[in-house]
Parts: sequence; structure tokens; C-alpha cells
Amino acid sequence: MTNEILFYFFAGLAVLGGVLVVTMRNAVHSAVFLITTLLATAGLYLTLNAEFLFVVQIILYVGGIMVLFVFVIMLVNLDVALHQVQFNRQTWVAGLLSFALLAELLAAVALARSYGEENWLFAAPHVPTVTAEGNTEQIGRLLFQNYVIPFEIASILLLVALVGAVVMGKKRI
Amino acid sequence: MGDFLAANALLVIAIVKVVVVVFVLLTAVAYITWFERKVVAHMQGRWGPERVGPHGLLQPLADGAKFLFKEDPTPAGIDRFVYFLAPFLALSLALSTIAVIPLGPGQIELFGHRTWFSVAELNISLLVVFAITALSVYGVALAGWASNSKYPLLGGLRSSAQMLSYELSLTMSVVGIVLLTNTFSLRDIVEAQRGGVGRWFVIPQILGFVCFFISALAETNRVPFDLPEAETELVAGFHTEYASFKFAMFFMAEYAAMVTVSFMVAVLFFGGYFSPFPGTPAWHWTIYLPAAGGVIGGVLLLLHGLRYHTPLGRIVLPVAGLALTGVGVLCALAGVVEYIQGPFWLAAKVATVLFVYVWVRGTLPRFRYDQLMNFGWKFLLPLSLANLVITSLIVALMRPAQ
Repeated sequence: MTNEILFYFFAGLAVLGGVLVVTMRNAVHSAVFLITTLLATAGLYLTLNAEFLFVVQIILYVGGIMVLFVFVIMLVNLDVALHQVQFNRQTWVAGLLSFALLAELLAAVALARSYGEENWLFAAPHVPTVTAEGNTEQIGRLLFQNYVIPFEIASILLLVALVGAVVMGKKRI
Repeated sequence: MGDFLAANALLVIAIVKVVVVVFVLLTAVAYITWFERKVVAHMQGRWGPERVGPHGLLQPLADGAKFLFKEDPTPAGIDRFVYFLAPFLALSLALSTIAVIPLGPGQIELFGHRTWFSVAELNISLLVVFAITALSVYGVALAGWASNSKYPLLGGLRSSAQMLSYELSLTMSVVGIVLLTNTFSLRDIVEAQRGGVGRWFVIPQILGFVCFFISALAETNRVPFDLPEAETELVAGFHTEYASFKFAMFFMAEYAAMVTVSFMVAVLFFGGYFSPFPGTPAWHWTIYLPAAGGVIGGVLLLLHGLRYHTPLGRIVLPVAGLALTGVGVLCALAGVVEYIQGPFWLAAKVATVLFVYVWVRGTLPRFRYDQLMNFGWKFLLPLSLANLVITSLIVALMRPAQ
């Protein structure tokens, strides 16, 4: 019961935040609501007993990436952006696509309900049980043992992007 | 009422703990401003607050009343939503970190339920502290932006850059402790330091401690890293356009963050709630030190108060002295003496760290902005990385063969 209330609270908050991100005209307001959405998603991780993901989501996305977003937005002259015509001249296409996506999702949920849990594609997700080992250790083992090579490749990719950004940003090193 | 208590015991206990901790924290914050002004004043050969109450002890109350009743002008052209959001964000985040810090050993009885001696007991409490610290930059950055004014904007920009830079070394400097203890739980980290000064992590992690303390100074925007509010350059920095209680909220947030960082220093590096003496029978008498401290301090306060130069002081100070003596005697009683050990030693360590904070403020000049960035990225971050490498090397070599 508590779990369901928490899920609907966080899910509703995430959806509401997401809608407000795209409808707000002011970029800083959008950023604030994007932060709300990310925090609500972190709350959803917590209801799935994934406490490490919850904390990492907050530290990395909210505390790191979004701070940089806000930092950049603060330097932009918002008065110009506020008076520009927003890029929403294709309302019909967008609305059609959104409804197609919504119908697809609803169909998926309905199918999952009718097929039951045996169907592999639409199997209802279970809340993982809490183990004595803890979520942190499990993620650590997965990342550094089972998937260590993809993990290292991703790190090198990020490092290359970082070095590239410094080289392009600075004329003389 | 009884049924309600029985049915929702955990909820009631949680609320009681939250209320008590927030009340104590806010009172502490008010009196830390008094403490800071007094200590800095004496370092500079002044008296500090003297007029309101004996030794200026009622000054925090006067300040609070002033903040409440002052006119609260709202500048023109602000972004109302973000302008009002920022102080709430700053204060609520600063107050929430204390929830995960273990305040005493073991469990206590409350309404017939055993509960941990902390508001919330998590297995990732260290990470939660860093998550909340990572969020606290928003209060400052958004306040600076929403004020629609040049000085706050520059202050907010500086502070978000500074907090982002020093957060890295702050987080890196404690990874050594996590490697040594194999846990993210602050309680387990404290329990690993059981057994006196020799087991404190400040000895094996002295590099980590130096990095942590300096980064924490920068993270809480304190001197010598208080560039976001450098008054000679930026008037008052990010809170220039805030007045009355909204300014007070930023002010309280800053001091609450200071208290939290002091708790973190005590918990991570100085054995948390454990006494600095080893637990052997030869040192058993040290459990009466809180009582002795209370009685001696109370008697001295009593004698001093009787000769104070104002009539109010001659009443208030002796009464406070008597109360302190009474608390001291109470601490020597058999049932109380065990429970008082944890909170007493933790509070003593936190008070010491807070004194060092104020000491630093009274001593050091402010950094220049480029010096600040160079120091953070080119000295502190490599130092904390070096500490991490050395610690992990030693942990790997010392590990018993499998």
C-alpha cells in the first residue's frame, strides 16, 4: 500500500515535471522542473530498493549535470529567448505522434495484463527483494566483474570527449 | 491516544526525533553566531556583543526578533518563483543532512520501542550526505540569478563554480575511509574507530583529513573561501537583494551547513561518539569526565555571575551556573552516565571543530578568485587522488591472501 502511494506520487511528480519542462518559456524554470523530474525518478529507484542508484542519480544528474545546465543558462541573456517565437508550428504532427506513442504504451500495458506473467516481453516487473549484501555491492560486482570491458570503454569514451572539449575550447594550451 | 501511539509508534518516534533534532540544531545555529562573534572579537582585541543580556547572551534572540519584524522589500524585475524558492531550498537542504548522522552508540528505548540514536539509519548514509551537499549549490545559484541584479548574479556564478570544483576533492578525500572500512554507513565507520585516539581515522588518513577540511571550508562558503559574498567586490554576493527573514534563512543555512560539516569531520576522522580514551579498565574513570566538566563549569559560572556588573547578569548567570552544576551531578548518576557518553563526546568534538572554523575566519585573508580555482584543481584534487591511490595500495597489500 505505502509502496503504491509512493510510486504514484513520484511517477505523477515526474510526469508533471516533464510536462512543465517543455511548456515553460523561461529556461531557468525549465531547468528547475527538470531537476524535479530527476529527483522524482530517483524516488522511483528508491521504491525499487535500489538505494545506490537513487543516490547516484541525485549526485550525478541533479548535483553535477544540472548544476552545469543552470550555470550556462544563467549566463545566457534570457530576454532575447523570451521574445522569440517558440518552435511549435507543427502542433498537428507532434500531437499525432504523441497520441500514437500513448496508444502504443496503453496497448502494451493492456497486453501485459491479458497475457499474464509468463509472457517474456510484457512480464510484470517485480520489486527485487532486499538482500543482505546490499544494492551497492551488487552494482559494484556487475560493473567491475561481469561488464568490466564495456565499463572501461565507456570511461575512455568520456575521457576522449573531455579532452576533445578542452582542445576545442582552448586555442592555446 | 494510547491506541494511536501503539499503531503508529514508528511514525511518532520519527516525528519526535525530527522535532528534537531540528530544535536543537536551530538553537545551536543561533548560539554559534554569538560564539563566532565573541571569539572573533576576542581575537581582534574587542569585546563583541555585550549589551543584550549578560555577555551578550541574548543577542541571538534580539537578532531573531529583528529578522522577523524588519520590512521585507521585494526588488523589482525579479523572477518571483525562483526568488522565493531559493531561500527555502537553501535552508531545508542544510537542515536535512543532520538526519543521517549517528549521534550516539547503540539503540535507545523510546515509547517501548528500540530505536537507533539518529534520526534515520541508512546503509548509504555517507552518500546521502554527499547527495544533499551536491544539491545545496542550487540555493545559492538560483538566488543569485533570480535577484535580477549584477552583484548577486556574479556571486551566484562564483559560488556554483567554487562548489562544483571543491565537491570533487571533498568526495575524493573520504574514499580512503570507505576503502578502509568497506562500508558507506556512517555508523559502521564510527564503530570501526572504537578504542580511543589510536584508532581514529585522522591518523592513517591525515592527507584525506586535510583535503576534507579545506574542501569543506570552501563548500560552506566560509573564510578564506567566501568569495561568493566578498563584500569589497560584490556588496553581499548572492543574497544582496534579500532582506528580513529570507536573508535570515540563507544565514541559518550557512551556519547549519557549518554544523553539519563539523559533525562529518568528527564522525569520519575523530571517532564520532566514542571517547578519545581507550576502553580498558585503567581508563574507566574517564566516563565521569562529562559530569566533572559540568560541575566545574557550573561552579565557575556561579562564582563569576555573583560578581557580574549588571543586576540582570547577577541573577541570570548564577542560575545558569546552578543549572549546569545540576546537569553535571545528573550526568554522574548510574543510569545516565552510560547514555551521556556518546552525545557528550560527539558534542565536544563538534564544538572543537567549530572553534577551529571560527579561528580560521579570524586568522586568514580571503583568496583571490584565480588562486581559489588553481588551489582547488591543481593542488587539492591531485592531493586527494594521491591519498586515494596510496590508501588503496596499502589496503590491497595488507589484505589477507584468499
